[in-house]
Amino acid sequence: MASVSIDNPMTDAEQIGSKPPRLVPNYWPFVLPALLVVSAVIVFPWLFTLWMSLNSWTLGQPRTFIGFANYVRLVQDMRFWESLWHTTTYTALSVVLPLFFGTLAALVFDAKFPFRGFLRGVFVMPMMATPVAVALVWTMMFHPQLGVLNYLLSLVGIGPQEWIYNQSAVIPSLVIVETWQWTPLVMLIVLGGLAAVPREPYESAEIDGANAWQKFRYLTMPMIAPFLMIAVIIRSIDAIKSFDIIYAMTQGGPGTASETINIYLYNTAFAYYDIGYGSAMAVVFFLIIIALSFVLLMVRQRANWSDMEDR
Amino acid sequence: MASRLIRRKTLDSLGLFFVAFVMVSPVILFFLWMISLSLKYEIDNGAYPPILIPENFAWSNYLKVFEENNFLLYFWNSILVTGTATLLALVIGVPAGYGIARLKAEKSAVIIMIARMTPGLSFLIPLFLVFQWLSLIGTLWPQIIIHLVVTVPIVVWIMIGYFETTPIELEEAASIDGATPWQVFRLVALPIAKPGIVVSFILALIFSWNNFVFGIVLANRETRTLPVAVYNMLSFEQVSWGPLAAAALIVTLPVLLLTMFAQRQIVAGLTAGAVKGG
Repeated sequence: MASVSIDNPMTDAEQIGSKPPRLVPNYWPFVLPALLVVSAVIVFPWLFTLWMSLNSWTLGQPRTFIGFANYVRLVQDMRFWESLWHTTTYTALSVVLPLFFGTLAALVFDAKFPFRGFLRGVFVMPMMATPVAVALVWTMMFHPQLGVLNYLLSLVGIGPQEWIYNQSAVIPSLVIVETWQWTPLVMLIVLGGLAAVPREPYESAEIDGANAWQKFRYLTMPMIAPFLMIAVIIRSIDAIKSFDIIYAMTQGGPGTASETINIYLYNTAFAYYDIGYGSAMAVVFFLIIIALSFVLLMVRQRANWSDMEDR
Repeated sequence: MASRLIRRKTLDSLGLFFVAFVMVSPVILFFLWMISLSLKYEIDNGAYPPILIPENFAWSNYLKVFEENNFLLYFWNSILVTGTATLLALVIGVPAGYGIARLKAEKSAVIIMIARMTPGLSFLIPLFLVFQWLSLIGTLWPQIIIHLVVTVPIVVWIMIGYFETTPIELEEAASIDGATPWQVFRLVALPIAKPGIVVSFILALIFSWNNFVFGIVLANRETRTLPVAVYNMLSFEQVSWGPLAAAALIVTLPVLLLTMFAQRQIVAGLTAGAVKGG
């Protein structure tokens, strides 16, 4: 932030005086409009949220300054801890599964075969499709009586499931949708990594008699590891914030079985209009995301990539 | 020897095609089922075992969506919100990406990263209140403004990456010839950057079009965008599956068509954006 507000100290006149042939144009006017918009729609809301989190204010009632009482309330709020746990399981599953399938898909799409471009285009479609529309169709497919998924299960001899209508099945069911939608992003990131992998090591490995698994484990894996880590970081940040799919399909239900922090935050601020408490929750939620990103970035820098095997 | 090698290669590539096809099948099956649901009458959608291709196509489902749910208005709202927010983002974001790339002020890009990390809801609480105070609720402006949270970072992010790869020598030559920074930008840098602009335009368009959370808070009956309209059908106004699926398809079809036609740009943009994003 600070670096942004400092203007270019060298004016044109000074530059002409010191080193005549090179003019360094002043680029700040190009950045200024975006800076204004960003402060208005991003920085201002942050300051406002911080301030509101120190107040007790339900919409339509008088506002009072209460210091950190909202944060104390949050720590004692069982529903918040529960939502934190839901968020953790949801996020963990929504990182691991797309990572596995996405890497697999990238390895396939890195090779040459007929209709590769077309199939890759189809494969990317879920992440571009409107999440609410996707959620709506999955809701129909999850329907316990009329849904096509229970029919497909019955074909392989598995009994009907309750999917999103069951307290203990709802999060895994939502993760299926999340995985279906976001595996392509992991695939694209890893594919970008594979494109940069050189050919020669594989040729010498083949001469040395390495099998396919060994080549993947000792050559491909270390070289694409940084890209896998990027995929983990991006997927974690997106999954922890996931809203559309969960809200459209279950609104956090049944009961509060799929209520993540983001959903609880929404309910607090926009269903109960408890602006002060909702703001405190938003601040804590953001700190959690920052902490998570920080940890992941540390891991990324420190990681001994040969330990990746067990993933 | 050579022919055997060729035969082996063809077999390999056929095998890979098969594997890729299996991987893509959940996508194909999902969209086929979506189309099927949208074209069936109530009785066929409730049938067990499920029917993929009905005897009679219920084209009327699509008519119903538009007739009973005001979908033309919501379609138009979506076009206005997404169109304005994307164009504004280009006007603001392309010069910003240029400036940041030339200033080598990568640190200011951190703000954009933070914008990506911030949950959308935390923008919503304060801006919702501000819009209420300005009595803008009930118009499309709150949604247009808040969609900038989605579109501006995408455009700036992609344009920084793009301008970092375009050569600076031409620009230097132009400024030695007496061109102002603005002229250099408009006449030298901008024309080269067209592919990057196209990519950021498409991606901003798609992610703004798909946005749901902003609309659900800020829109009322008249100012709904399509995703919100579909959600409202699901929760309150409709119970029969045919029109619901038809509505879902109408919402997402423009985006899917765009994905099909601009596949290469989208893949390039996402890969670049995502890889830089780490």
